[in-house]
Amino acid sequence: MIEALTLFDGLLGFLLLGLAWSVLASKDLFRSVVLFIVFGLIMAMAWVRLKAPDIALAEAAIGTGLTGVLLLDTLGFISRNRSEGKSKEKQGRKGTE
Amino acid sequence: MMRWVIGSVMIAFGGILVWGVMSLPGGDGLTVKVEERMEMSGVTHPVTAVLLNFRGYDTLLEIGVLLLALFGVYSLRRSRPDPTGVSVSHPFLLALTRLLVPVMILMGGYLFWSGAYAPGGAFQAGAVLGAAGVLLYLNGFDLPGRKKEWLLRLYLAIGFVFFLGIGGGLVAAGNRLLEYPPDLAGSLIIIIEAGLTLSIGFILAELYISNSSLEIGPDVFVTEKG
Repeated sequence: MIEALTLFDGLLGFLLLGLAWSVLASKDLFRSVVLFIVFGLIMAMAWVRLKAPDIALAEAAIGTGLTGVLLLDTLGFISRNRSEGKSKEKQGRKGTE
Repeated sequence: MMRWVIGSVMIAFGGILVWGVMSLPGGDGLTVKVEERMEMSGVTHPVTAVLLNFRGYDTLLEIGVLLLALFGVYSLRRSRPDPTGVSVSHPFLLALTRLLVPVMILMGGYLFWSGAYAPGGAFQAGAVLGAAGVLLYLNGFDLPGRKKEWLLRLYLAIGFVFFLGIGGGLVAAGNRLLEYPPDLAGSLIIIIEAGLTLSIGFILAELYISNSSLEIGPDVFVTEKG
């Protein structure tokens, strides 16, 4: 029983590391945000395993729920503005990429 | 070249972090001290005792920062966004919202109340209320108090005002800031948490709602120009 839980904890840890990496490495911002939300949910589970249900609740509600909504909304805001000011954006792209 | 430099700095930083965590003093930390003083705290859940009593000013500053963040967003806002204008108005979402929002309000109340003796508390309850506000807004409903602006502002500020008012009152009564008298601690914490729950809910919802009318153009997202 203990071994199974240790295995689960290890899996959780590596899953978190992998998710964190793919959030940062993903080129597609939408994908990043979705992965970030998944990261938050797994993180909440990790907090439960660390016997910190208070933080798990806060992580799930604020860290994942509301932050995810805000990030998705911001993403929509950016793409709306980009399509509005496309000429400006093209100028900027030349500068940054 | 640059990425190797950055990489090695990050690895060094990570190493310092691991070393720091490893060299933390072991044992129970502050658990024993908190448990010794639990009966003075006015609540039975140690996390709430620390957040609202022993380290109350941290939480006071937290709600202050949250309010300041909203002021920042307000200052960038073009005008008060009209919920009917951005309504997603999908019948499924509408039905789900009608079903969920009453349950979420109940859930918020439960989380707030259970904070005194079990995991929960104002921030979690406020987050649930905030999510309910976002759902309502997406369906074109007004937030309560939006028509009366002073009422909305009262909701936003009430957590901080209660907290600071009680803290200031205690100072005036000769105690230190947020040093509750043990026999009053329970009820003071409930009052503060009630205000916090309401304010956090409204602040989080307003943060989202104001997002749709921010006065920043596309050039904000272009960091380096030509």
